Amino acid sequence: MAKLKVDGKEIEVPDHYTLLQAAEAAGAEVPRFCFHERLSIAGNCRMCLVEVKGGPPKPQASCAMGVRDLRPGPNGEPPEMFTNSPMVKKAREGVMEFLLINHPLDCPICDQGGECDLQDQAMAFGVDSSRFHENKRAVEDKYIGPLVKTIMTRCIHCTRCVRFTTEVAGISELGLIGRGEDAEITTYLEQAMTSELQGNVIDLCPVGALTSKPFAFTARPWELNKTESIDVMDAVGSAIRVDTRGREVMRVMPRNNDQVNEEWISDKTRFIWDGLRTQRLDRPYVRKGGKLAPASWSEAFAAIKDAVGKAAPEKIGAIAGDLAAVEEMYALKLLVSSLGSANVDCRQDGAALDPALGRGSYIFNSTIEGIEQADAILIVGANPRFEASVLNARIRKRFRAGPLPIGVIGEMGDLRYDYEALGAGPETLKDLAGGNGKFFDKLKKAERPLVIVGQGALGRSDGAAVLGLAAKLASAVGAIKDGWNGFAVLHNAAARVGGLDIGFVPGEGGKDVAGMTADSDVLFLLGADELDMSKVSAGCVVYIGTHGDAGAHRADVILPASAYTEKSGTYVNTEGRVQMTNRAGFAPGEAREDWAIIRALSDVLGKKLPFDSLAQLRAKLYGEVPHLARIDRIEAGSADDVAKAAKLGGRLAKGPFVSPVRDFYLTNPIARASAVMAECSALARGGFKQAAE
Amino acid sequence: MGVLSQAAKSLLLKDIVIGYVLGVRQFLAPKETINYPHEKGPISPRFRGEHALRRYPNGEERCIACKLCEAICPAQAITIEAGPRRNDGTRRTVRYDIDMVKCIYCGFCQEACPVDAIVEGPNFEFATETREELYYDKDKLLANGDRWEREIARNMELDAPYR
Repeated sequence: MAKLKVDGKEIEVPDHYTLLQAAEAAGAEVPRFCFHERLSIAGNCRMCLVEVKGGPPKPQASCAMGVRDLRPGPNGEPPEMFTNSPMVKKAREGVMEFLLINHPLDCPICDQGGECDLQDQAMAFGVDSSRFHENKRAVEDKYIGPLVKTIMTRCIHCTRCVRFTTEVAGISELGLIGRGEDAEITTYLEQAMTSELQGNVIDLCPVGALTSKPFAFTARPWELNKTESIDVMDAVGSAIRVDTRGREVMRVMPRNNDQVNEEWISDKTRFIWDGLRTQRLDRPYVRKGGKLAPASWSEAFAAIKDAVGKAAPEKIGAIAGDLAAVEEMYALKLLVSSLGSANVDCRQDGAALDPALGRGSYIFNSTIEGIEQADAILIVGANPRFEASVLNARIRKRFRAGPLPIGVIGEMGDLRYDYEALGAGPETLKDLAGGNGKFFDKLKKAERPLVIVGQGALGRSDGAAVLGLAAKLASAVGAIKDGWNGFAVLHNAAARVGGLDIGFVPGEGGKDVAGMTADSDVLFLLGADELDMSKVSAGCVVYIGTHGDAGAHRADVILPASAYTEKSGTYVNTEGRVQMTNRAGFAPGEAREDWAIIRALSDVLGKKLPFDSLAQLRAKLYGEVPHLARIDRIEAGSADDVAKAAKLGGRLAKGPFVSPVRDFYLTNPIARASAVMAECSALARGGFKQAAE
Repeated sequence: MGVLSQAAKSLLLKDIVIGYVLGVRQFLAPKETINYPHEKGPISPRFRGEHALRRYPNGEERCIACKLCEAICPAQAITIEAGPRRNDGTRRTVRYDIDMVKCIYCGFCQEACPVDAIVEGPNFEFATETREELYYDKDKLLANGDRWEREIARNMELDAPYR
């Protein structure tokens, strides 16, 4: 610990603190542009200058100077720093004046206006006039992709974007070239950035040089209603803030959650919002004479009642999709079981995960934050870059922090960090689990080895055997011990863990997804669109969902429901963290909240569900699954669950593990309705070759 | 004395004479009223009348959709939707509506405008027969600007030294 005085107030801070952190700890405000907590220190904006006693006799950049660099006084009195002395004030005014020399006065047409660091700090720390009468410099705008718009004249060269892309995103595509007045941020080759996290540079940019292209000019920050929510594009459950104006979602921004997403979100999370407006189901439809015709709610319910009345109970089934919240899955499960059927499944891809084995067998036991403690990682049948981009950034963070052996069994793509390619399929895993190979020794030697198993490995015919092998391997290398559980299942569907938690899987004698699609009379699809619809043979398919996608095209009755921004729903992320979305707007037209639809339908079918409000539903749900009531917390899986999973066996199939995410930008119905995502997808398929227009 | 002067006042009809003199004087004095629709009183260059959206001399609309007028409007009479303009991608309004019924003619919008696009012109004669006609849209406001540009420009020039 180091002692120092900040503005006369004596405080004690850890040795590794910078002066800026010490000032913050003391409650003194220090303006900054280039400094960012999660990026390396650049010290090039000079806005954080402070006066120090016991150091050099000139203003010091507080972000780049450690508290250890200060010397105590001759009689051992603690070093002092001042954040509000006349010298500091003059230094800040000088820096601000220099920054504003080349910054255009175009705040009225700038999208950052109203939430701009430069605007705010010029008001707080600048002077009111300029002494610069020469011409300002102008810089040509760059094309860096369809998501980020550049107005390079506004750039103040803080290099936050450069540091983010190289350090966090792991691409070296942005850089600063030239010196002094000729300095420019550029991709040099004028091509689109290839990162799935590139949208974060928009938030990082302290000025309006990098702004959101799809959001361009459409709204001002002060006219947006902000709703804190949770993302459902992947199973990470990033904390987001949904900004709405009137009924419409205008943009999605990240929130800080150190345990999950730090403050990054993937591009799919950020730029999905135009998909929430298009292809929406806003009224019920019933198929008549082979064609879907608009209908009223009562007509739609009557059609379902008809079909259910004719069907044998064991031929009624329900499949939950990837975006379904726990509440509606629970309601649907109750409805189906009250109809006398045990056919429910939330594993559209047929992943061999069984809640009967216990929670530890299907969650990311180490937690996402725990990745930073891992000292050897094996990735089996997953491509975290596309399946969970933000989690991948966490692995990269750990990778940058020190030597970390990473092995991959499965697809060999660019994961944004170096890894050892061990093999492609289950043979390699079997080999490794048998204790062979150098990488086994590396895992064995590690204090906290981490085995990540993806859906690419589990969604196969031999999924159970692979899960068993992976669990066996985890136990063999000592990944399961006191204080560390290094067996981690990486999900890619936001609904999956919640569905497994409430047991939305076939009951006794029940059929799974393959069984239900092959043979059933009435099939409820709760937003399930990732099935092979040509195989669905049911006489009556009831689709409860938001978008006109694969499921709606196959459906015989469509019941329009709410998307994740339009309802309060519980989602459990891949590490088992229970989180809740909040309603930011209302669903379009006659669409209703999913649980309410199921409740109303149950009444028509004569099997009235025992709740009339979401609160009652939740009370009943929490009674059955108590850990769902503990929002933002993780009910840890036990080591025994992994041991149980390790007993799974079976024949291994041939063929390599293939990641289920074929196209990062088009993994769910909302994304497939989004024009921005379609553009990104086309660009990614074309290998990012499209140059500037 | 009192009785005598009282009697003289009554006999000589002094009050009536004074009244007549006053009447004749007023009759001959210059008139204070004006023949309103045909004659108009002077108004200040700062007069805040009907709104108008101005253009630059080359015909380009001034408004850049910064939404400051919408933000400052105390009556929330202004509604703006913005977006990139189709042909050149510059920031423009897609919609610019003023509810003239809500408006309290405070002039904050023209104070807030960084490009002197929205102004309150000298026109105060825009009464309508229906309420709907007072919901001005962008076309109406731009047409106002074109019609009143000369007066508005002159008023701004006159007021410029005091700004």
